[in-house]
Amino acid sequence: MSLFSQPVGVSHYLVVGAVMFVCGVVAMATKRNALGVLMGIELVLNGANLNFIAFGSQILHREPARTIGLDGQLIALFVIVLAAAEAAIALAITLNFYNNQGTVDVDRADDLSG
Amino acid sequence: MDQTASILPLLLAAAWLLPLASFILIVLAGPKMGRHGYLAAYVATGAILTSFLLSLAGLGMWLVNHGIPVAAHHAERAEHHAAAASPTSADFPQAGISKARLASLRTLRARSDDEPGDHAEASHAGENAEANQDAAEHHTEKVEYAGSWYPLYRSKTLLIDIGYYIDVLTVCMFCMVTLISTCIHFYSIGYMGDELVDDYVDHECRLPDGSHLHRAGRFARFFQYLSLFCFSMLGLVIAGNVAMVFVFWELVGICSYLLIGFYRERHSASTAANKAFIVNRVGDFGMIIGLMALWGSLGTFAFADVGGRPGIFSQIAEAPGGIPTGMVKAAAYDEIQAGVAPTGGQIQSWRDRHLGYGLLVVAGLGIFCGCVGKSAQFPLHVWLPDAMEGPTPVSALIHAATMVAAGVYLVGRFYPVFTPEVLLVIAYIGAITLFMAATIAVAATDIKRVLAYSTVSQLGYMMLAMGVGGWLAGLFHLFTHAFFKSLLFLCSGSVIHACHTNEMPLMGGLRKKMPWTAGTMLVGCLAITGAGIPFVVGFSGYYSKDSIIAQTLSFSRVNPAHTHLYWIAAIGAALTSFYMFRLWFMTFAGQPRDAHVYEHAHESPKIMYVPLVILAFFALGVGWRIPGTNWSLNNFLEAGRPAVGIVQGVLWSSLSVPREHLSHTDLGIHTNATLVAFGSALSGFILAALFYGTQKLNADEVRQQFPRMRAFLLNRWYIDHLYDLVFVRPVIFFAQRVANFDRRRIDWLIDGSARWVRGISRLDDLLDRYVVDGLVNIVASWTYGFGLALRRVQTGRLRQYVMFIVVGTVALFVLASFLWNYAAAGG
Repeated sequence: MSLFSQPVGVSHYLVVGAVMFVCGVVAMATKRNALGVLMGIELVLNGANLNFIAFGSQILHREPARTIGLDGQLIALFVIVLAAAEAAIALAITLNFYNNQGTVDVDRADDLSG
Repeated sequence: MDQTASILPLLLAAAWLLPLASFILIVLAGPKMGRHGYLAAYVATGAILTSFLLSLAGLGMWLVNHGIPVAAHHAERAEHHAAAASPTSADFPQAGISKARLASLRTLRARSDDEPGDHAEASHAGENAEANQDAAEHHTEKVEYAGSWYPLYRSKTLLIDIGYYIDVLTVCMFCMVTLISTCIHFYSIGYMGDELVDDYVDHECRLPDGSHLHRAGRFARFFQYLSLFCFSMLGLVIAGNVAMVFVFWELVGICSYLLIGFYRERHSASTAANKAFIVNRVGDFGMIIGLMALWGSLGTFAFADVGGRPGIFSQIAEAPGGIPTGMVKAAAYDEIQAGVAPTGGQIQSWRDRHLGYGLLVVAGLGIFCGCVGKSAQFPLHVWLPDAMEGPTPVSALIHAATMVAAGVYLVGRFYPVFTPEVLLVIAYIGAITLFMAATIAVAATDIKRVLAYSTVSQLGYMMLAMGVGGWLAGLFHLFTHAFFKSLLFLCSGSVIHACHTNEMPLMGGLRKKMPWTAGTMLVGCLAITGAGIPFVVGFSGYYSKDSIIAQTLSFSRVNPAHTHLYWIAAIGAALTSFYMFRLWFMTFAGQPRDAHVYEHAHESPKIMYVPLVILAFFALGVGWRIPGTNWSLNNFLEAGRPAVGIVQGVLWSSLSVPREHLSHTDLGIHTNATLVAFGSALSGFILAALFYGTQKLNADEVRQQFPRMRAFLLNRWYIDHLYDLVFVRPVIFFAQRVANFDRRRIDWLIDGSARWVRGISRLDDLLDRYVVDGLVNIVASWTYGFGLALRRVQTGRLRQYVMFIVVGTVALFVLASFLWNYAAAGG
């Protein structure tokens, strides 16, 4: 019973989301370029978004819905907004960092280390 | 009549309150009133002058409305004296505000006629009714206005109010006090003039480094005190109840304290002020007992009936036998508690047993005790000579118009309360005072001290007169004495002002330099000795002293056991004459003894000697009768004579107080007394003239012959020493013991406990520092170490953090999956 032999369902979405999430985490953990790290963050967020949407699927709600059935999508929208805001702030930080240090290498950002 | 009842109290109240207004004004504005506060003098003098004019208006109003009734002894001869000038009743439109009571008090003093033998029987209550019937036929009517201005406290049993009681005595006292105070105020403007500086040098006060004290002048303050003094004295006189009297009594005391201690930097002045105040407290203690006896039994403080409550005097006057029902009931308290109903008959039987008489005696003695303190009578006279430390105008004020007059006035006011036994005590106290002070005055050399002892002696005369039944004689002497003693004091002040010394041996021959002072002082001396042409005319003292001696003679005839009172009075007259002329001769006559003093002497400014002349005029003529009328101070005062309650002793049944008019009507007594008084005064004068005037006799030889006598007199009968030995030393001894106890034992105890507390707190400190702080520090150091350890984790490398997050998350998931499995297995 492999995923490949089944019609596209919730599990497939979850797999894609997990792959995206892991890709994002790996990017964050390995990239020294701040912009790369930001991209990794976007991947993580969107991987999570996919999960929300997958779990918000009508297939999982057999019983009569007490909501309008858009919970997952709604939270995904929130996350998108959140990601936009976060990207704006992170880019601003990066820009300033660049202005100060002349680089966007996050390993150089250790002024506050204990 | 309606007008008198409403206007007279207002007039006198205004006269009373004006000095208070002046006092308050000077307190508030004092030093800002002109340069060095000289305007304060004008404020105070203006206030008292206005008071005098108001009092004079009151006197005029009284005379217009009531006139002066024919003297009592004439009246009693003419039976059924109609007393046309004295109305019996009237309706008053302003009854609520000033209800005047026109008492028709029956005088009980005409109980039986001249034979003393009858008195003993008449005193028994069974016959009192008849005796009163007799008395009623002779009744004279005393006009009095009493009322309440403001009730301070009102309950069923007690009413304390600011009220007034105005009779002839009040009106006379008002005029006398304000007149003399006015003169003294004017005089003080001159006398205290040297206080009008910023830098006053007190030559009699040396600082520890030997220099004189420098201080700011206190001109305004002096007048401030004078105003308060006048206010207090007038309040005392106008007071309508004993509670109010007591308040003003104490106010007078505090004023004298302030003024005696006016030069407070001088040690002698401050101790003299303390002495005056403390000695007076002793007397006041007795007075409070008297007040309690009166209030506790009679249930009222008021003199006269106010608002339907019977006052003290009417309760006594209306009681048959003179013991008020309240006192009878109070004395029979046990029987009433046991169930005996106090009906009329029962009260009568109690009264027959003289129940309540002791209470009356206690009340009388208590009141007199206060007067002993205020009027400087024998055991408590010691403060008065020391009071000379005040400025001389103050001495004049204290000795003439205010402080000491208050005591005599109060004895006169409370005359109906005194039983014959109390009167005898008063007479003896007066006689002892009179004799002792006169002898001390003979030896004194300080001019003011001579006068001070003379005052004490004259006060003794007044008390003696009151004690032997001479109500009028005593008060009459109070008035005449007020004038000539204030005159004498102001004269001596003038001398001191000129010579800067009090010592008479340094003076002499001053009459050429100070003619006005010498002349007016001579008038004062003549007045106090009672000079006059017998049976024709004399100085004021002649009349008053004569009547006193006549009354003592009259008393000694009725009570032969007490004849020595008469002799003391006669000898006292000789002594008075001797020491007064000794003073005058030593000061003004002869040759100057100290050239330095004589050169500096000068006549005082006009503002000082004009009051002297005014007072001299009164000292001369205050005893005179206006020719062709019966208008004299004597006859006027007679109209205010209170009803006398008891004339026959109960405890000593042989004691009987003769009626005062007997000493006037009985020609034998009158002639004798006049001649004796004149003779003794003359002998005193001759002796003084021989010793100090012509120097035919040498005073030094006498002094050397009686050294012990001299020491005895110079040391004032060793009474101060005695008090020092009996009261002051033991108190100081005891105080030192107590102080030692305090220092050794109590301080030891306190120090010990303090040491304990210190030890405990030291322990506490250790505990706090090592245990509590230790715990806190351990926690803090752990936290610190933990933080240090965590510090290594925070590398600042972003990717490492991400790794941590990932590893942490994975670890959490792994953990959660394990737990999930277990939980699922368990569930």
